[in-house]
Amino acid sequence: MAGIKKSEHKSYGMGLHDEVLTGRTQQTFFNSEEAENFFYHDAFDVDFNKRATIDAEKLQCKELNKKIKELIKQGYGTIVLKNPGAKHSLGVGILQKLNLIVEGSLGYFGVGSIDGPVVRISGRVGWSCAENMMSGKVVIEKNAGSCFGAAIRGGDLICKGSVGARSGIDMKGGTIIIGGDAGAFTGFMMQRGRIVICGDVGANLGDSLYDGTIFVGGKIKSLGADAVETEMTDLDVDWLKRKLKVAEIDRKIDFSKMTKIVSGKKLWNYDNLEPSERKGAI
Amino acid sequence: MCGIAGLIHKGKSTNVGGEMQDMLQSLKHRGPDSTGFALYGDNDSKNYILRFKVGENVKEGSSAKNEDSKVYEKRKDDVNSEITKVGAEIIEEKRITPYSFRYVIKTKDDLLEIAQKIESVEMTEILSLGRSLELVKDIGDASVVAKQYGLSNFNGTHGIGHTRMATESGVDIRSAHPFWGYPFSDVSVVHNGQLTNYWNTRRALENLGMRFMSTCDSELIAVYIANKIRKGVELEEAMKSSLEDLDGVFTYLVATKDKLGMAKDHMAAKPMVLYESDDLVALASEEVAIRSLLPHEIDTYDPYEGEVKVWQA
Repeated sequence: MAGIKKSEHKSYGMGLHDEVLTGRTQQTFFNSEEAENFFYHDAFDVDFNKRATIDAEKLQCKELNKKIKELIKQGYGTIVLKNPGAKHSLGVGILQKLNLIVEGSLGYFGVGSIDGPVVRISGRVGWSCAENMMSGKVVIEKNAGSCFGAAIRGGDLICKGSVGARSGIDMKGGTIIIGGDAGAFTGFMMQRGRIVICGDVGANLGDSLYDGTIFVGGKIKSLGADAVETEMTDLDVDWLKRKLKVAEIDRKIDFSKMTKIVSGKKLWNYDNLEPSERKGAI
Repeated sequence: MCGIAGLIHKGKSTNVGGEMQDMLQSLKHRGPDSTGFALYGDNDSKNYILRFKVGENVKEGSSAKNEDSKVYEKRKDDVNSEITKVGAEIIEEKRITPYSFRYVIKTKDDLLEIAQKIESVEMTEILSLGRSLELVKDIGDASVVAKQYGLSNFNGTHGIGHTRMATESGVDIRSAHPFWGYPFSDVSVVHNGQLTNYWNTRRALENLGMRFMSTCDSELIAVYIANKIRKGVELEEAMKSSLEDLDGVFTYLVATKDKLGMAKDHMAAKPMVLYESDDLVALASEEVAIRSLLPHEIDTYDPYEGEVKVWQA
């Protein structure tokens, strides 16, 4: 904001700074000169060697998430969640570095809206795992439900098993890696980022894809509207080799024989937009 | 939203009533309006079990019109009379609530005539008529309905159930799931989703002589399957063809005397989690329902789009 006086900000002209906000709506303004604004509110320094265990068996979702936040506040950098019992919305909204180890399975919306933590889940996850994830890494040892990684903006989301339909729907960045098969409409309206499916994938892959890349190791049932196949490059192969190694995917894959899917840009074409509009659209 | 659940024990009989109650109670948040059970019990297979209602539950939250409960007695007498008229015999008679009954009857295997006669009585609807099927549905959550109808210790091999969030039709027993595959013995259906070609398909089935009791789109699946069975089509084939003939987003479960089946539409827009072991298959809209039976870590997965599966008891 160099060169612009505070009072010249458009938001001042709109009266947003004087307006008394009521209810749950609040507006926080970012000022790059204030160092604390580089961190999320309530993001604490944690020690990864400081470890705590939570038994989730008798706790409800809200109590569990509160407990995780309390432990983070106390500086615990490694939290183990036992007996999650496929409960919904566990581990959501963690906006900082943390090692979260889930011994069991999560239900719907597990570890949604996270920014930074490394999460390991020994079981399965239900629908919409890691929805809206900004950064960090999530590794699931077994299968995942539908809408896996919906609208993620960054980070690595890895499922070693198979996933349901619409994985990576509306994703805007980051990487989704699936060790097994994926269902219909994978990458539906995907806007950026990469999806890697080591096994087969269902119908309408990449339907209405804006941008981004999808790699498939197995069979593709059908491509969606505006999804087109393109040639694999040496760069792609190198990237896949490195990425799948980091993702701990054991499956033997001939990367050069994978299929690469991108947008045909007939349906939605960012190239026709001005840079500012393009940014706004994403 | 609605929640559906089902389970089948392979080669053994157990407390399916209690198990289904636990599963459906775990899905209460998906549908608080009404709960229904289709349980397949250990009957002697000689006689038929008839579950029917002669009125609606008019407690708070119901969209049914209030009636003087005295009419229930009159309607019940009329039903008894109709049963006798077709040459059937009432072996056992039990009133469960003021408006619903459980009978054991002896009748011939073609159930159409007796079903038509019973339903000719005003406000009377057969919930189920079968050798092992007992279909119970009412307003309230699983615990309320199970307690009201004494289902907590129901022994059997398999069952399906539903928790309903009323969307396109009223909060009443008539629109609650499961639906019986009228007029075929022991066929029941539960559904989660919306059918978008309901009226066209309904009119086509009505022209073939099939009967509808509600305007709930889920009933269409039961009638569709019943019509296929009438034509001699196997259950699995009937379910596969439903994926082409029914339009919309849906996941549904069908149960017969010794089978449990599931089907998921081509969009896979409605959830279903499946657990399968050597002696048990359990499936539900959410894994928490399966965990109510099996609290330890288990391997589950989501069936894919266009998938049809059938298991034998």
